[in-house]
Amino acid sequence: MINSRTWLLIAILLLLAAVPPLAAFFAQPFYLDLFRRVMIFAVAATSLNLILGYGGMVSFGHAAYLGVGAYAVGVLAHHGIDNGWLQWGLAIGASALVALAIGAVSVRTSGIYFIMITLAFTQMLYYLGISIEEYGGDDGMRLATRSQFPGVADIADPVAFYYLVLGILVFSIYLVHRLVNSRFGMVIQAARSNEARTRAIGFSPYLYRLAAFVIAGAMCGLAGALLVNHTAYLTPEFMNWTRSGELMFMVILGGIATAAGPVLGAAALLLLEDLLQGWSVLPKWVHDHWQLYLGVILVLVVLFARRGLAGFFAGKNE
Amino acid sequence: MNNALLEVSGLSKSFGALRATDGVDLEVREGETHAVIGPNGAGKTTLIGQLAGNIRPDAGRIRFGGEDITRLPGPVRSRKGLARSFQITSIYADFTALDNVALAVQAHAGHSFRFWRPAREDVSLIAPAMKVLEQVGLEKRSNILAANLAHGEQRQLEIAMVLATGPRLLLLDEPVAGMGTEESQRMVEFLATLKGRQTIVLVEHDMDAVFSLADRISVLVYGRIIATGAPAQIRLNPEVRRAYLGEDL
Repeated sequence: MINSRTWLLIAILLLLAAVPPLAAFFAQPFYLDLFRRVMIFAVAATSLNLILGYGGMVSFGHAAYLGVGAYAVGVLAHHGIDNGWLQWGLAIGASALVALAIGAVSVRTSGIYFIMITLAFTQMLYYLGISIEEYGGDDGMRLATRSQFPGVADIADPVAFYYLVLGILVFSIYLVHRLVNSRFGMVIQAARSNEARTRAIGFSPYLYRLAAFVIAGAMCGLAGALLVNHTAYLTPEFMNWTRSGELMFMVILGGIATAAGPVLGAAALLLLEDLLQGWSVLPKWVHDHWQLYLGVILVLVVLFARRGLAGFFAGKNE
Repeated sequence: MNNALLEVSGLSKSFGALRATDGVDLEVREGETHAVIGPNGAGKTTLIGQLAGNIRPDAGRIRFGGEDITRLPGPVRSRKGLARSFQITSIYADFTALDNVALAVQAHAGHSFRFWRPAREDVSLIAPAMKVLEQVGLEKRSNILAANLAHGEQRQLEIAMVLATGPRLLLLDEPVAGMGTEESQRMVEFLATLKGRQTIVLVEHDMDAVFSLADRISVLVYGRIIATGAPAQIRLNPEVRRAYLGEDL
């Protein structure tokens, strides 16, 4: 039972897999970098989609876990611990713990309160990052060394790192797919669809939602570990509220509660950004005010593709 | 002999100055269909809300199967066998009819911290769900999105979800509300098939439905039960006739 959306996803992933040889052939290593960034954000957006798209929890603070994951790697590296398993394990574990703490409070609320509480917690972490001079304060700091996976992979090699990120993206999408179709996933989707009914048939949604929130946080923490290795630079800007907004936008633009949506959304947003800023065909007044034009394009997409970019490719009942 | 499944005593709930439930005593016996009727604004929905655990009473006690459930939250009451339908149809509009019922089965099949196996391929959920859909006559509509079902079918689907939880007590809040004559007739016929096998609290406006289904009737007026008895008694009760002045009992 492969529907048009699954074909779309397969096509996108194959295209992504083809980027390194193409970039090498055309001697354009920049695109390797750009698409690796796209995929890292796609992992983060996929994790957000689990709670926002399927769980109906509109988290406006998902960048917190990008930050926690990045700091886990950066701080360990700063103190001379460069073992990737340890760093990434800590990134995932610390993000899960932070998500547990934030979720324990915020998941009890809904609607605008949920949005504001998740935003507030993330701002706290953002200012915490700014205030710690030891780790660069608001300037941030260079990542001392990239995460080391001796004998497994050398992520200082751009192509190896690229394919590792692609593998993690595929795994993330598969993981979310399994989760949302399991009994667990049915409960969080049911609670999104009709909470009163869900309680009336005997589910107490809180713990299920909290578990989804923690899983999403842990996944995004891994994306944070990837991101800091990608930029080789640690900065509290990873946790800026605008980044949370971008993640939300990627999910909504791509198509909420779809597997391909977050990938499409991440690609569309980051490629548009790059295009408007750097494409030499465009006149200077576009380059100078690229955010404005990006905004116009985004508004149009949201207005005319209510179900996101993935909605364009889906049949009626998919 | 005490065979009361549900015992309500001294239940009270006020919203500001309005005493929506005012010292209600109610006893529902095992196996009976007990209708609660009353004019608009009598507090029927507030009462059912307290029974189901959606509204917390100010005073009084609710015992279910001998256990005090007054302070238990709704989901826990549901797992103990108290299932409700809503006055305004409450289903999962963006799920198929089968998914709707399978979820109700799942809610009573242990915890749902099962993260990997696809729930839609789980025979232990799907088979009982299909059986209940057959029971309410929706088996041919199982793969239709609930949003695309006709209004009457949606009400049937909600009853199916309620039944799928394997309840000891059904709380039905106006199950024929908003239905056409034919649809409501079919619903009444269906509810009649449950009679005797299921204990039912039926809150209903439609007097034809009430008098054809109920074993006993309690009449709620201004938050108080003014009479409880067999349909024939209730029909003749002067106080009830006064409350329903102008209506044909």
